[in-house]
Amino acid sequence: MDKLKNLKKSTKVSFLNYGLVVVFFIVVTALANTGHLTNSFKGQLIPIVSYIIMALALNLVVGISGELSLGHAGFMSVGAFSGVVVSMTTANSIADGGVRLLLSIVIGALLAGIVGVIIGIPVLRLNGDYLAIVTLAFGEIIKNVMNCLYVGVDGAGLHMSFKDAASMGMAADGKVLINGPMGATGVQKLSTFTGGIILLLLVLVVIQNLVNSRTGRAIMAIRDNRIAAEASGVPVTKHKLIAFVTSAAMAGAAGALYALNYSTIAPKKFDFNTSILILVFVVLGGIGNMTGSIIAAALLTILPEMLRKFADYRMLIYAIVLIVVMLTTNNEKIRAFLRGLGKKNKDTEVKEGAANE
Amino acid sequence: MSEKQQTPVLETSHLGIDFGGLTAVDEFNIKIAPTEIKGLIGPNGAGKTTIFNLLTKVYQPSRGTIVLDGKDTRNMSPVQVNHAGIARTFQNIRLFDKLTVEENVKIGLHEHISYGMFSGIFRLPGYWKEEKKAHEKALSLLDIFGMADQADVRADSLPYGAQRRLEIVRALATEPKLLLLDEPAAGMNPSETEELMNNIKKIRDEFQIAVMLIEHDMNLVMGICENIVVVNFGKIIAEGTPTMIQNNPQVIEAYLGSSKKEA
Repeated sequence: MDKLKNLKKSTKVSFLNYGLVVVFFIVVTALANTGHLTNSFKGQLIPIVSYIIMALALNLVVGISGELSLGHAGFMSVGAFSGVVVSMTTANSIADGGVRLLLSIVIGALLAGIVGVIIGIPVLRLNGDYLAIVTLAFGEIIKNVMNCLYVGVDGAGLHMSFKDAASMGMAADGKVLINGPMGATGVQKLSTFTGGIILLLLVLVVIQNLVNSRTGRAIMAIRDNRIAAEASGVPVTKHKLIAFVTSAAMAGAAGALYALNYSTIAPKKFDFNTSILILVFVVLGGIGNMTGSIIAAALLTILPEMLRKFADYRMLIYAIVLIVVMLTTNNEKIRAFLRGLGKKNKDTEVKEGAANE
Repeated sequence: MSEKQQTPVLETSHLGIDFGGLTAVDEFNIKIAPTEIKGLIGPNGAGKTTIFNLLTKVYQPSRGTIVLDGKDTRNMSPVQVNHAGIARTFQNIRLFDKLTVEENVKIGLHEHISYGMFSGIFRLPGYWKEEKKAHEKALSLLDIFGMADQADVRADSLPYGAQRRLEIVRALATEPKLLLLDEPAAGMNPSETEELMNNIKKIRDEFQIAVMLIEHDMNLVMGICENIVVVNFGKIIAEGTPTMIQNNPQVIEAYLGSSKKEA
């Protein structure tokens, strides 16, 4: 027990997060097995897991690296469609659905990561608002590229076009996989809740271990003070890029998981609104707070479904809930009260530095 | 001190920078011996911090050369200059506020911790070994200023004086050959300043490095600097031992004006 108490705070938080995910999994599985889950909720499970991964990935950029990205749905889109292509082209060669899902997620993450590098190199030369605006633009560019992307497969292999399905020049046995703005249709549902949870745990391990390592420390140091980080010999661009690309790859993995849960998936699903939705999860859960991201993403994905009975008013209630949560969690008195519930308050050290400056 | 015969750790010649039409620093020529403590003084706005920014490449010089330990630092970035051996502190404290005291020092150790990103993510043996080493190193460095017991405190909750000391420890962690201190005693009371003076000497003796410091506290400057460079309007107006500087009419004029001469 003593050993448990002596663990670092960051280690405790990490294990709390793993525990949270595992408990969520066990509770949901138990409810499903005993028939207590409604069908609509069951249908929400994989989107919930995907959005949690998206929120964690974005939190790595916004909270840990300190850069506002408004285009993360773009990376999700890249992962989604490359995942779909992989799953459809391997339909005949690989029998096992789990293996195909794994392959789709890996390729989705890889391609999104590559797009992350291509976008990250120019974008990360910027700071603050400028960076946010440019990521927004890149998110829209990805959406529009996907909108006019046609991919098909025939005996000779993959075909691609940015014009229309006919100009891909496929043989007669060819099959259109991605049909421009219509997206992918007839996708086989490969995603499973268990697979999603495993991916989520893996993402958590990567993020939390990264943050608590030499690389993560450097990323946070650059966030806190770029000039001092440089003067201490920490390369800035390299570390910003590491955070950005890792995040993009995770978003790609989440995208593949998400897309393989539906039979039809269109590019317009991954637009600016989705990017903002994910940012809302991150901000509501607390910037840099992974536990918060998990809870916020899960609750805010379920909430619109639960409010369905209020029909026309549900987005209004959703907005009110958001505002109320923001106000209460930012109120110093309420925060102190919540902290007091958990533990006796530590003596708040006086910030003499700030006073003297 | 007969250190003048040794090859200097830092040598600048004709160093200068212009900001538009304003010449902020010009014809700045100094030599710093390997274990020298040099003072850089001058009235407000004389260009002292600009000189530090030139040496650490926050600004690229408009002209002149900086040779660090035999290497020309031309075209080096601030990161490369640090790896080459210059570490610094800042006049307006720049700590990594949301990191702990220990983590701040570990950022200084960044280049000396040798495990990759993947060992970190998958917690390979290299991670545990190197982190343990870094932890011990960080604590022993913090111990110089008696701060080891505050290792887990967040940097921005430290009192002002301790923040300044932490900056020095972080700079020291990068294993520099030359340590630049920008007003290390600012905001410290006399007893803290006294302790700081002893610690600067201790650091020099223990690590065998050169120190150059900007400071307005003349007790500190005269007390520990072996040589002092006085700048005004971006140019060197005097150079020498503390006694020589104290009696230099040009220095007195720069500080007090030309009519009054009672120093």
